[in-house]
Amino acid sequence: MKRRPGIESAPVECSKAERQFLERRLLLKGALSVGALGLLTGCNITNQETVRKTLWSMSRWNDRVQAALFDPNRLAPTYPDSAITRPFPFNAFYDEDEAPVVEAEPYRLELSGLIRDRRPWSLRELNALPQTTQVTRHVCVEGWSAIGKWSGVTFRTFLERVGADLSAKYVGFKCADDYYTSIDMATALHPQTQMTLRYDDQILPRSYGFPMKLRIPTKLGFKNPKHIMAIYVTNRYPGGYWEDKGYNWFAGL
Amino acid sequence: MSGSLPVPPSSENTTLINVHPLTVRITHWVNVAAILIMVASGWRIYNASPLFNFTFPNDLTLGGWLAGALQWHFAAMWLLAVNGLVYLAHGIFSGHYRQHLLPITVKSLLREIANTTSGRLSHAVGTYNPVQRTAYLSVIVMIILVVLSGLVMWKPVQLQSLGVLLGGYEGARLVHFFTMTGIVSFVVIHVVMVMWVPRTFIPMWTGRVRQPGKRS
Repeated sequence: MKRRPGIESAPVECSKAERQFLERRLLLKGALSVGALGLLTGCNITNQETVRKTLWSMSRWNDRVQAALFDPNRLAPTYPDSAITRPFPFNAFYDEDEAPVVEAEPYRLELSGLIRDRRPWSLRELNALPQTTQVTRHVCVEGWSAIGKWSGVTFRTFLERVGADLSAKYVGFKCADDYYTSIDMATALHPQTQMTLRYDDQILPRSYGFPMKLRIPTKLGFKNPKHIMAIYVTNRYPGGYWEDKGYNWFAGL
Repeated sequence: MSGSLPVPPSSENTTLINVHPLTVRITHWVNVAAILIMVASGWRIYNASPLFNFTFPNDLTLGGWLAGALQWHFAAMWLLAVNGLVYLAHGIFSGHYRQHLLPITVKSLLREIANTTSGRLSHAVGTYNPVQRTAYLSVIVMIILVVLSGLVMWKPVQLQSLGVLLGGYEGARLVHFFTMTGIVSFVVIHVVMVMWVPRTFIPMWTGRVRQPGKRS
């Protein structure tokens, strides 16, 4: 803390007690002006390192609280077909016409990490697995929500089939649009977490994540990666595209 | 700490009356900070997907962008909730509510509204008049509702039974918005009233009011 010039020019004959008193006064003034500065700068306060760190650690704390609140058996509400939002909104970090083009035939889903059978999967093979359908609410971190109809393979079925280590902490996803994200194993094993191949009884359109996306009705929209090219199982925190920028990682509903 | 300070000599015909318990004063000012952060960050979150045909000026918001605002919002929610629980527990178990907030009768409320509109606002030190009681009780109820609707928006699946009471996720969004509006309106009126009767400001920090007349 910088001292005001006044203290240096204080008369030398002033007693020790007086000097201490003056110093305390100035220290107090300094502290007050730091406080006032904090108030004046208002929104810029976010840039300050300690505030930034505190907010990030609160977000990590909220991850733990949400993991504890997550009930692996509680199902997200389901809706009749008549409740489906039409048209279902497109949302990504790019415009709809910039969505990646993935060819169906050469597509192979790659597997890596703590998985026993890491052989790649074709779309035909994925379609041959038992299929389920859900009509659930998609909730965006921005606040809006929409109801959609997704069909595909229960993710748990797939993870068991390929011999994934179900005691590992994370499942990570790499996408054709350079998006990436990761989820906790408990959510990966939730009965409604789905490897989606169809939207509204049609082959999953390019806008909604062709050839395959993950539908997680117990998580916010940005935790539902589209155009998935690779899946890996790991114990090392993988982060995510939005998560690394400051969005909460668990993002559970 | 204040006990070790010399008590200023009071003149013979004035007494100091304790009007605000320490817990009420501390939780009041913590709540001021919590509500300010929640509202300012909440406006930024609202702007990301406005419910109505307007947005809040970004200069009045906190967080800089959606993720920053969400970080503030989900950090300060703990401050709001824990502080609120301490306040409610104190109010219920110390008898504070029984003595100062309740009962509110329709008759006394109507009389006080008539007094206020005719410029004869009653302001006896240490007691809240029926209009104040109603306002304070409403803001307590609104903060409880804003927290509950916030919880439903945060956890619409895990807390879906609570969500049913508030009209589901989209219903909770509306409840959250309108209770916020109610709380902000209360704050505006509350601050205007304090500026109107400025001698009520210092006691909210010190807890004490100097009152003419000897202590009985």
